[in-house]
Amino acid sequence: MASFKPTKVQVYPKLGEKVTQDTLYWKNYKAPLHIKEFGAITNIDFSPVAPHNFAVTAFTRIHIYGPFSQEPVKSFTRFKDTAYCGRFRSDGQLLVAGCEDSVVRLFDVSGKVALRMFKGHTKAVHVADFISDRYQILTGSDDYTCRLWDLPNATELNTYQEHTDYIRCGVASKLNRDLFITGSYDHTLKLFDARVDKSVMTMDHGQPVESLLLYPSEGLLVSAGGRNVKVWDLLKGGQPLVSLKNHHKTVTSLCLSSSGQRLLSASLDRHVKVYNTTNYKVVHNFDYAASILSLALAPDDESIVVGMTNSILSVKHRKSLEDSKEISGQQRRRPLYRVFVKGKNHVPKQDDYLVSKPVKQHLAKYDKQLKKFNVTKALDTALETWTRHRKPEITVAVMKELDRRGTLKNALAGRDEQALARLLNFLIGNVVDPRFAPVLVTAAEMILDIYRSVIGQSPVVDRQLLRLQELLEKEIDYQQDLLEVMGMLDTMFASSFPRMEVPCPGISRANGLAGGDGITSRPQIQAT
Amino acid sequence: MVGHGDIRVVHRGGSKINSRQPVITQDSRFLLCASGECVKVFSTSTEECVHDLRGHTDAVTGVLLNPSNHLQAYSCSADATVRLWDFTEGIHIKTYVIGYPVSCIYASAHHEGVIFVVTPMLNDKRSEVFQLVAVHLPQSGDQLVEALELSAVVSDVSSNPAAMGFGKGGEFIASAKGLHLEVFFFKKQKTYRFPLKEDNKKGGKNTFMCVACHQKEDCIATGHEDGKIRLWRNFSHKKEYTYSTLHWHHSAVSSLCFTPEGTNLLSGGLESVLVQWRYNQESQRDFLPRLGSAITHIAVSPDGALFCTSHSDNKITIIQSSVKVSAVIQGLVKGESVRTDLMVDPRSKSLVLNGKPGQLQFYSLQRDKLLYNLDIVQQEYIHESGLEQFEVVKAAFDASGSWMATVEERNEKAAELELNLKLWAFDEQTQSFVLNTTISTPHEARITDMCFCHAADSQTTMLVSTSKDGHFKAWQLSAAAHTEDEGPSWSCDFVGAYHSLVPERCCFSADGSLLAVSFQEVVTVWGPASWELLTTLSQPPQAIRDLCFGRLSCSKYLLGTTASKLLCCWNLLTCSLEWSTAMDVSLLLADPLTENMAAFCFHAGGTDLFVFQPSEPRPLFSHKAVCLGKVTRAIFSPREEMLESCEESSQWLNRSQLHFLTQYMDLMTFTTEAEEERLLASSRQLVVDDSVAMTPFYLLLGKHRRQETEDAVSSSLSSDTVPQSSAAIKQLLQTPAHVMPSTSYLCSMFVQSLLISVTDTREENKHAEEKMDSEREEEDSEEEMEPSDPRPQQASDACSLTKAQLRELRRVRNQDHSWSAGFL
Repeated sequence: MASFKPTKVQVYPKLGEKVTQDTLYWKNYKAPLHIKEFGAITNIDFSPVAPHNFAVTAFTRIHIYGPFSQEPVKSFTRFKDTAYCGRFRSDGQLLVAGCEDSVVRLFDVSGKVALRMFKGHTKAVHVADFISDRYQILTGSDDYTCRLWDLPNATELNTYQEHTDYIRCGVASKLNRDLFITGSYDHTLKLFDARVDKSVMTMDHGQPVESLLLYPSEGLLVSAGGRNVKVWDLLKGGQPLVSLKNHHKTVTSLCLSSSGQRLLSASLDRHVKVYNTTNYKVVHNFDYAASILSLALAPDDESIVVGMTNSILSVKHRKSLEDSKEISGQQRRRPLYRVFVKGKNHVPKQDDYLVSKPVKQHLAKYDKQLKKFNVTKALDTALETWTRHRKPEITVAVMKELDRRGTLKNALAGRDEQALARLLNFLIGNVVDPRFAPVLVTAAEMILDIYRSVIGQSPVVDRQLLRLQELLEKEIDYQQDLLEVMGMLDTMFASSFPRMEVPCPGISRANGLAGGDGITSRPQIQAT
Repeated sequence: MVGHGDIRVVHRGGSKINSRQPVITQDSRFLLCASGECVKVFSTSTEECVHDLRGHTDAVTGVLLNPSNHLQAYSCSADATVRLWDFTEGIHIKTYVIGYPVSCIYASAHHEGVIFVVTPMLNDKRSEVFQLVAVHLPQSGDQLVEALELSAVVSDVSSNPAAMGFGKGGEFIASAKGLHLEVFFFKKQKTYRFPLKEDNKKGGKNTFMCVACHQKEDCIATGHEDGKIRLWRNFSHKKEYTYSTLHWHHSAVSSLCFTPEGTNLLSGGLESVLVQWRYNQESQRDFLPRLGSAITHIAVSPDGALFCTSHSDNKITIIQSSVKVSAVIQGLVKGESVRTDLMVDPRSKSLVLNGKPGQLQFYSLQRDKLLYNLDIVQQEYIHESGLEQFEVVKAAFDASGSWMATVEERNEKAAELELNLKLWAFDEQTQSFVLNTTISTPHEARITDMCFCHAADSQTTMLVSTSKDGHFKAWQLSAAAHTEDEGPSWSCDFVGAYHSLVPERCCFSADGSLLAVSFQEVVTVWGPASWELLTTLSQPPQAIRDLCFGRLSCSKYLLGTTASKLLCCWNLLTCSLEWSTAMDVSLLLADPLTENMAAFCFHAGGTDLFVFQPSEPRPLFSHKAVCLGKVTRAIFSPREEMLESCEESSQWLNRSQLHFLTQYMDLMTFTTEAEEERLLASSRQLVVDDSVAMTPFYLLLGKHRRQETEDAVSSSLSSDTVPQSSAAIKQLLQTPAHVMPSTSYLCSMFVQSLLISVTDTREENKHAEEKMDSEREEEDSEEEMEPSDPRPQQASDACSLTKAQLRELRRVRNQDHSWSAGFL
């Protein structure tokens, strides 16, 4: 004896982006914390030592924030002009920063006044970094030079005058004390060796270089300039590996995730994109309110810090385990564990015999009505407010089932003004949805047939019928436009494809399903 | 031409069991039902077919218990005979020759020696007018008796067996036809006719559908086309008859039945709900819903404990104590047509075709039994006539049987076609197919053909479907792109078209490297790896009807049949026509295991079969006039064990068997003489006797008999190894007991005859010595022996059996001795 088979509710593919492991990972951050700074935030640098404070360079100040503080734990304000590029030394004790007034200042993180001032540049210094031996500083300036400074006695060690435009980014190798790379607005990246007096490698980026990033292994170099992000293989003599063009404005900042598996790029187009470093495909995307100038990730990806042109610093913290536990705690309003195991862990004795109980089939409300052949009630339950708004596919599935049983007309007939208005409302909301159109068009036809005689008796229903008519006219226009566009595209494809021996249409590789919907639904709508 | 002396076309199972009302025997243990040309006896508890009562030469039209002997049954047939059977043993007792085709049979305990049969009017056999005839069965010892004493009782009756019934212990007979109810009283020899109006006010149809009579009271229940049931009373008076109306069914009542005590009335119809009305309290009804499909007949066992309903989907349901379905006997479901091709499931080797609406049936050809139905549509079936529902129209299996594709369609209006392509994965754990992917509207028009890539070693499985919308699509299994915990699913890989022609057929080559798609008169050959159009082949002027690649050594050939009566064979290496012959091939079929191809040719009202190999246009085998009408469905099914036929004409049947469906939906097959003999022999050996009750008498006698048979078997088995033993056993077994010498005399001789192997004897001797040694030891050993005793008895070897008996015998003697010793 077969049991009642419940109505099949069609599962439609979810539109929008698909849920991947990356989306889950990068979505697992709390709501961002916004901190207002004094000007555009040009640089953010995390301290390499715990508790991983970060230095935010904005206008004439550098603020140091603790990992969870909303107020700066420390601030350096002794700049005459705009400060640039506040960076920590690898032990987290010292901080170096360039300035618009061409002086490079070195601070003790615990102090307030500059320990050293390095004077020599003639224009603004946008780049400053510690060399990995911790006693030298690299700077790059708008006077086209980059210099090495000795830290203890604040003397200039070397000057490199190879760039022919502003130097706006540079990075020192963390593994080799003699190597550093600079990027300039003359479109080139240059790798310098402190042991010789000139660059040892030059790479052409093609656009003014805005940001540089070395991989932890230092075999690969990433440069950002213009809309492009390029990856270079340093071990193969600076051979370009990949060129990524996923932003539509200048890319300003680059950053690697803690595992080294993901590369993040921030751009003036207000997006942060996450790339997979194995295939360099975009796996996730963050949106921000304003153009982004700087981006940094805390160690272990604990937080994402983004600085924007509207002088807002956005800090997103990763959801901790406790938070996720809290959520699961909310979900545990279900019956207790022992309810589920009740009787399940009973070990049967030898002479027990099993009395099997038929499993009770759970049916949805509308299925219960359908089982009893109460067609009007089934449609009513399927038209309940929540279902109608949240899960229109259920309502449509019930209508389809009624149509299959040949009783849709009976279910639709005999409704009062209110019920009819509700029905028409649902139709107006969903009839042009290509997923539901075939079923709802039939239903609409039936409604018009049934209630033709009562038109003019209720202003509410009349108004809705007029709205329905308008909607359909508009839809027909849309379809016509779409067909025109498709015709145009077809001619374009036909002319652009090389003449092949095999006479099959150019779009034959496409699935054909998506294109077909628009065409098939059109005659049905006209029929109404 | 090759002769076909020893190859015959035979019916192979799958006959209807729901054509007539089944009969439950007096003791409720067996169920008799007419099935094609034989009567089948089923066990009501195990659903197994116990006996096949064969003998009729035409369709059996009725089965009836002999009212004077409840171990016998009558059956009537369109071959103008009535036969009497002993159904417990499956023995044919007698044949009564009536001389006219019989369409129904009735009998009553009150009319001894008389059976009532419905035959066409005596004057001309082919007329549509029937009459009820009383046949006096002559008392004669002969097997074949001619029944000459025929007397017409009621003329102009319906040929439907449900439209007549005996009432109140055979006092009267009620018969309904059209809008008239006719009651004939045997005592008064008088007929009353009760007409109903053509149509009542509400537009219902009053036509009588079935009649049932109460066995204790004067009451006749009639079922009508509009779903009403009328209970007629007081009909012994022409004018003062009354009737009351019951109404629950929404469509025609197809069967009515009173329970033997008359307390309940059962009715059933299209709704597939068994309704149980309380007699005299008709407002109270019980329902047994969801019986699967329309009820065609209802029968009740004589003690009223079992109900049995037969259904339109060739099924008999046995219902216990009026509430619980206890057994279902399911035959091969056959509708008006088979929409899907016949297929063989590569795993279970069962025949697969569409059965019940929206389902696929898996039918074991070897056991002639429906294995299971797979619900494809997964929608509630609404039992209402004139309702367009989803139907399975196409199905395909891949080579290993791990994937199945089905297409279902519903075509309510000409413009709206609902199509679903479903892909099913075989689940090892549940041993059945599980839905993997549903593709709604895979094509914009009807799907004309579908096939899987048959290459066994290919990494990916591929399905190609062709449709009337002018495209063919390739579907491929692809891993889930995102991380939701779902397995791989199917998606479209390629859409192909050719000059906007309509593709009709598609076929993969044996290794899966080529795909041939026919577009009207052009055959296009594609490479599935790159989806390049490799070549086109054409043989105008008519469209291609069938397309088939050769197998094994002939895989370079592509065969096609055209509507213009042409069979072509292309060589794909040279891309040229190898040969062609003029033949109106209605079906072309390749044997997957050999190179053979079968072509069914429609020719002058009949169908001929040709079996050939693509490499040479000379047929290996041909069979003229296989059946009347066109053959559109056929299948090669692999054999379980190969035949070793060396004759040239029957070699093609060695590895696989050819089954086909005729116009009238009969499943036929080709057999050789040798195979038939073997089958007959095996059926003689396998007498299932599982339903005989375990009475004390059976325990006593049955065991004895079994031993005897086993003895016989063992003796025949060991006859060549120990010739002297066989003689002794034979002597022992064949001599009547009363002339035999005493057992003690025979014993030594018997033991001598059984001493075959050295080890056995030693063991035997050891045991014997042990027992002789001392009584106490023997007591112990006896206790040890006790549990191990059943083992040798269970063993099938007869020697050990008798040995154990002997041992027991000796022990009894020993015990005897010990007992007397204790006395002393």
